Amino acid sequence: MIVAAIKPTEHLAALAFAGRHRPRVWEPAPWIFAIAFYFAFPNYLGFGTELLVTILFALSLDLVLGYAGIITLGHAAFFGAGAYTVGMLAYHGIWNEPISSLMLAAIVAALVGLGSGLVLLRTQGLTLLMLTLCTMALLEEAANLGHEYTGGFDGLASLPIPPLLGLFEFNPLYPRTQYLYVLIVLFIAFLFVRTLIYSPFGQSLAGIRENTLRMHAVGSPVRARLITCYTISAAIAGIAGGLWAQANAYVNLTTLSLDRAAMVLIALILGGYGRIYGGFVGAVAYMALAHFLAKLYPTGWQLGLGLLLVVIALFARNGILGIGEALLRRIRAKHMPQ
Amino acid sequence: MIKRIIVATASLVFAVGCAQAQEVKVGVVLPYTGVGAELAQQQDRGMELYLKMHADAIKPYKITLIKRDAKNPGGADAKIAVQELLTQDKVDILAGWNYSPNAIASAPIVTAGKKLAVISNAGSGHITNLSPYFVRFSFSMWHAGYAMGEATVKNLNAKTAVVGYTDFPPGKDMLASFKRAFEASGGKVIDEIPMGGAGAVPDFTPFFQRAKDKKPDVFFVFVPAGDHSSAVVKTYNALGMREAGIKLIGPGDITQDNKLQAMGSAAVGLITMHHYNVDLDNLENKQFVAAWKKAYGADSTPDFMAVGGYDSMAAIVHVVRTLKGKIDTDKALETLKGWKYNSPRGPIMIDPQTRDIVMNEYLSEVVMQGGKLVQKPIGKIDAVKDACKTLKVGPCAN
Repeated sequence: MIVAAIKPTEHLAALAFAGRHRPRVWEPAPWIFAIAFYFAFPNYLGFGTELLVTILFALSLDLVLGYAGIITLGHAAFFGAGAYTVGMLAYHGIWNEPISSLMLAAIVAALVGLGSGLVLLRTQGLTLLMLTLCTMALLEEAANLGHEYTGGFDGLASLPIPPLLGLFEFNPLYPRTQYLYVLIVLFIAFLFVRTLIYSPFGQSLAGIRENTLRMHAVGSPVRARLITCYTISAAIAGIAGGLWAQANAYVNLTTLSLDRAAMVLIALILGGYGRIYGGFVGAVAYMALAHFLAKLYPTGWQLGLGLLLVVIALFARNGILGIGEALLRRIRAKHMPQ
Repeated sequence: MIKRIIVATASLVFAVGCAQAQEVKVGVVLPYTGVGAELAQQQDRGMELYLKMHADAIKPYKITLIKRDAKNPGGADAKIAVQELLTQDKVDILAGWNYSPNAIASAPIVTAGKKLAVISNAGSGHITNLSPYFVRFSFSMWHAGYAMGEATVKNLNAKTAVVGYTDFPPGKDMLASFKRAFEASGGKVIDEIPMGGAGAVPDFTPFFQRAKDKKPDVFFVFVPAGDHSSAVVKTYNALGMREAGIKLIGPGDITQDNKLQAMGSAAVGLITMHHYNVDLDNLENKQFVAAWKKAYGADSTPDFMAVGGYDSMAAIVHVVRTLKGKIDTDKALETLKGWKYNSPRGPIMIDPQTRDIVMNEYLSEVVMQGGKLVQKPIGKIDAVKDACKTLKVGPCAN
């Protein structure tokens, strides 16, 4: 009898582990919500597009920060690298087909990620934090100095972005194409990241985050894994930047700025890092609040946002998703037979 | 019951109000928060003050301002604000733009939205070329820079100059415009010193020492309006450049009216070229400054940004009155092309070809008068056009 009582629980845990990658029932919800937003709020699609780009950017940051535990404050370096790739190629009349330029943006950002990762990832903690910040600052200053090619502080404006697949026009006033385009790219990137984090590679990243020494001890190629992860993340951030440049038909220095890097970090922490939906929740909460408060009180909206961040920092260390998880655990504990 | 009566009365008043006043919605996009908040406040107050001072002239029309925060110079937030003002609020006219990058990023939307867009600050020369609906009531960086280049030779008899500038587009525009006019008039720029970015105030000592060592007749400095200029004046004095016979000159940004008094006696002798300062001697300016002090307190001083906002609103009111409250964008543009108006900065006109402002540039010297710093007029150039577009320089050519 006793054996029978223990076995199913063991079995359950093993099942849960083996099936952890299977889609949950609620997982289509965010995507249904995103499509519903398209039909329900046609006048908010400019904001919606910006939101989706930020989610994609947060997703890329989550991969390095939440899963691999690489602390970075300079992730906008890759966002900007992607944005400038799209922007400069289009502005100087070299190449502007949207989808292939996006791939070029990913490649350039990945190269920047690989190059800087080879050097940076030898360090840890605060040194790493400072070096990521420096990489971004160097790129920003390079873009400022090369203003003949990059447009400097004023940026490159009115980029000639041709219709998507030769069919769908990018209308600046009603950005329907931009919204759906970004949504589709986000979905593909999400599927990729989701597969990645549940793969053995993703599990080894979590291992490195939790205990680097032990991962060395079990023979895991720690540095190679970190550099690979950093490069992949950079490529996704580059795609986000490329999308931003295409959707706005515009690129300027703020794509490489600390403001952007810090904002996405705040959004991710607000939502809950190390959870694949953390970026979704955090970006929506942060940006929607900032957007609508700013509409109500153009001069004082930052107060409301600041208060929310203080409350989250004080009472919900694991972000908004962390609150949800804690609640779920409590409910389960109550209903669990003793 | 009482509730019902209140609701009924309110809706009646509302209905009557709608019937009487022809409402014109104006979307205002300014950086109400962040580093630009102080500049936005000047422009916002200028706009509000015009409406307040001319309330009778505006009747029976009602001008409603819908204000949106442009947040930062990143372009995206300003662009979203413009898009929503056009598609959600269905504004008749757009106004504002403090940072040039935001005006540049918004241009395609303004063009697609087909609404009159009145620029109250953004000064990069080529902005008005980016959309046929932009009309500028502020300035181009070339207005002051080019005029100063000419005046430095003619009025100050200088032969050599060193230029120190904050290393961002307005600074580069200033350098290009000053150098072009100065060298065309027979002067020579012997050194160009980039002095850090616009984000933070640097230690100016090494830059100023380098300028001093070159022994020029004048040292032309451009820094963004605000805290930079106080540091410029301090460093100039600390290095003894005045005693070395080097005149400190620049555009009016370095003697911004609401910062000038705080610079103290160190600022005496500064020579600037600008389209506005609070001491300009004309009737409109006296009325404007008096109304400003009454509305916002005796300690508050309007500056050229406030006048940018004030004149933008004057233009909007002119359009509303001429078109009798029914804003048709093409007609509104026709109304403003060639429009002449007596602003606190003196007579202004909108150039029908470029939709940019034509205005006087004033050469002034800072002097101490009764314990206060005053900008004494020492020269004037009438009806200055944006030289960037006249001479077709760089992006201004398109």
